[in-house]
Amino acid sequence: MLNEKFIKVLYIDLETEKIRIEQREDLLKYLGGVGVASKLLQENLRSDLSPCAPEQPVVFAIGPGAYILPVLTKTVAMFVSPLTGELGESYAGGRMSMSMLMAGYDALVITGKAKKYSYLTISTQDVNIRDARAMWGLQIKEALRNIRDREHDGGLSAGKRSILCIGPAGENGVAYANVCVDLYRHFGRLGLGACLGSKNLKAIMVYGNRSIPIMDQKRYFKVYREIYKKCTATDNMAKYHDAGTPINILPLNKAGGLPTLNLQSGTFEHAEEVSGEVFAQKNLIRKLSCNGCPVGCIHIGMYRREFDKGHEYEAISVAYDYELIFALGTFLGIKSTDEIIAIIEEVEEYGLDAMSTGVCLGWATESLEQGYLTINDTLVELKFGDAEGYIKAIRYMSERVNNFYRILGKGSRHAASKYGGEDFAMQIGGNEMAGYHTGYGSLVGAAVGARHSHLCNGGYGLDQNMKEFDEDKFVESLLSEECERCMTNSLVMCLFARKIYDRQTILDALNSIGWDLSNDDLTAIGRRIYQTKLQIKNQLGFQQKGVKLPKRFFQTPSMNGKLDEETAYRLIRKYTEKTDELMKESYE
Amino acid sequence: MPKILKPKEMNKCLGCFTCMTVCATVNQKNHSLIKSAIKVRTTGGMSSSYVAIVCLGCKEPACMEICPAYALEKRPGGGVLVKGEKCIGCRKCEPVCIMRAINFDNDTKKPIICRHCGTCAQFCPHECLLMVEAEEAMVHA
Repeated sequence: MLNEKFIKVLYIDLETEKIRIEQREDLLKYLGGVGVASKLLQENLRSDLSPCAPEQPVVFAIGPGAYILPVLTKTVAMFVSPLTGELGESYAGGRMSMSMLMAGYDALVITGKAKKYSYLTISTQDVNIRDARAMWGLQIKEALRNIRDREHDGGLSAGKRSILCIGPAGENGVAYANVCVDLYRHFGRLGLGACLGSKNLKAIMVYGNRSIPIMDQKRYFKVYREIYKKCTATDNMAKYHDAGTPINILPLNKAGGLPTLNLQSGTFEHAEEVSGEVFAQKNLIRKLSCNGCPVGCIHIGMYRREFDKGHEYEAISVAYDYELIFALGTFLGIKSTDEIIAIIEEVEEYGLDAMSTGVCLGWATESLEQGYLTINDTLVELKFGDAEGYIKAIRYMSERVNNFYRILGKGSRHAASKYGGEDFAMQIGGNEMAGYHTGYGSLVGAAVGARHSHLCNGGYGLDQNMKEFDEDKFVESLLSEECERCMTNSLVMCLFARKIYDRQTILDALNSIGWDLSNDDLTAIGRRIYQTKLQIKNQLGFQQKGVKLPKRFFQTPSMNGKLDEETAYRLIRKYTEKTDELMKESYE
Repeated sequence: MPKILKPKEMNKCLGCFTCMTVCATVNQKNHSLIKSAIKVRTTGGMSSSYVAIVCLGCKEPACMEICPAYALEKRPGGGVLVKGEKCIGCRKCEPVCIMRAINFDNDTKKPIICRHCGTCAQFCPHECLLMVEAEEAMVHA
């Protein structure tokens, strides 16, 4: 905790309605963020129970320097994933890290199941479990408004609270339901929404108003100014602010790495119509920041929907990014920005992870085409390019209206195991693929990544930057990046800022606010955290050799050409040998 | 010519809160948002507009008029300067500011009022906050 020599953890038991605060000196060696959260997850998880059992913990943590240093804006959530059954880890920006800091907690551990539908309020001097029975079933925007109104305090805390909320998908236990944070950000991946739903928890509001004196103002503000300057006066972050991440649509399409039509292709015929440039010209109405970041990468897009004849219109606006355009756009063959926004809106309001939703629908579309499914299952004619059908399917999926949608709500791996079509259910380790078919990096990277996300080790970046492919160097790069990100994610920085926060900057930053760390310490922290995560995976029964990669990854040429199945599995084996070695190292 | 702070182009605000962080850092040696003299907030959820609540530099400051202890002194160019040693912490200044730009510091028992130092404007990444010539500002003459 800032200015203290311990990590302050707030434990909330929804069952007994009691809270407990612990000051954990022993957690300092995990720095904060994902390190602290991994340890807390490990201590509290129940490997003998299902992911949504009431006893399972949901952990949130911020890092040292959260909010008070530029771009350290995120909060990590850790849980047992209802989607993969193993390590659940997800990140969100917005206001939460600021609110946690102001409230005075480094980490939250929530266990138990509330007796009735509830929401939590956490502030500097109070924790409450409040009645949310009337809110159950509400979509995101309406639920957020309701909480803002009910917790109204004359405007004092307006703009300084963080509100996390689940939609109907989370309530109904869809395994890839997300948690919306402050309307425009999300704990998107791996089903945290279902975990909160299983705890009868609709929402969490965090607000803080404590005083936090600065110990060494001169030193701190010098570092702050330098980092701030790097964020705003250099081009490190310019592309994220300008057209934002969707600027990658065209280059990836050109290179043949843009997953299209359920990865039947790496290029999209209509890419020019849904590019970042077109979104910016046609739909972009506003940019926003997470609190503590001067960059402003959140892009809000709007379109005018005619809801009735007679010039009846409404304005629909959503936050959009590359991954959403891929999953709910190119992957489903949607060829206009307006239609993509309409689908995003539906996914947002029901509280689903955009990437898993798109990839599950891609599998369903092709399964219907190929006869693995019938219209009696899908209830709507799912066709690539048909936004209306997908919008209906998103509702059915969230409300789990029939047996098929109940099964699809457990993810594409599960659905394909029941209905067939496993070769084109585009998941890796149970987590639906990200928007990169760039090579062995994107594929093997996600297969070995602790949470099977493209962000575990950034393998897709390796595909784009590695000049000559060397298997051993490749495996070494993935491993070292995974460890490095364990360290940077213990600061919970925005990954866009990874070039700004080089090792020296991290040391200067942390040491200016009371830490005394060396470069070797940072290395050890990263490896210690990765060990903890691998232990957790092991406890939850994960076996790397059990990961089966869908055939389509080897049929559709990637950005680096056709991938060879045998090579992919060999790389995974080589990686596993490395992690076996890592587990023998001692970082206690 | 003295200058005053003007939240002139809040339509461009990203909601990054850098202004609040640097204000509290420079003026109060504190990380907390509650120590900032400028308050940026939404007007009804994240999809609404951002506004900045801050001293607008009145030429006839109501806060100064009501202060019984002469703890608020007229600032050249507009607004007031808080004389901490004279302030008795009565909080009378707080409600008379119709812009709600004065907030009371419960630790020091004194009001926090913007002194138009310009630090926030210097750090605003989207040029929403500007330091302008006092005459040009033309506020509440």
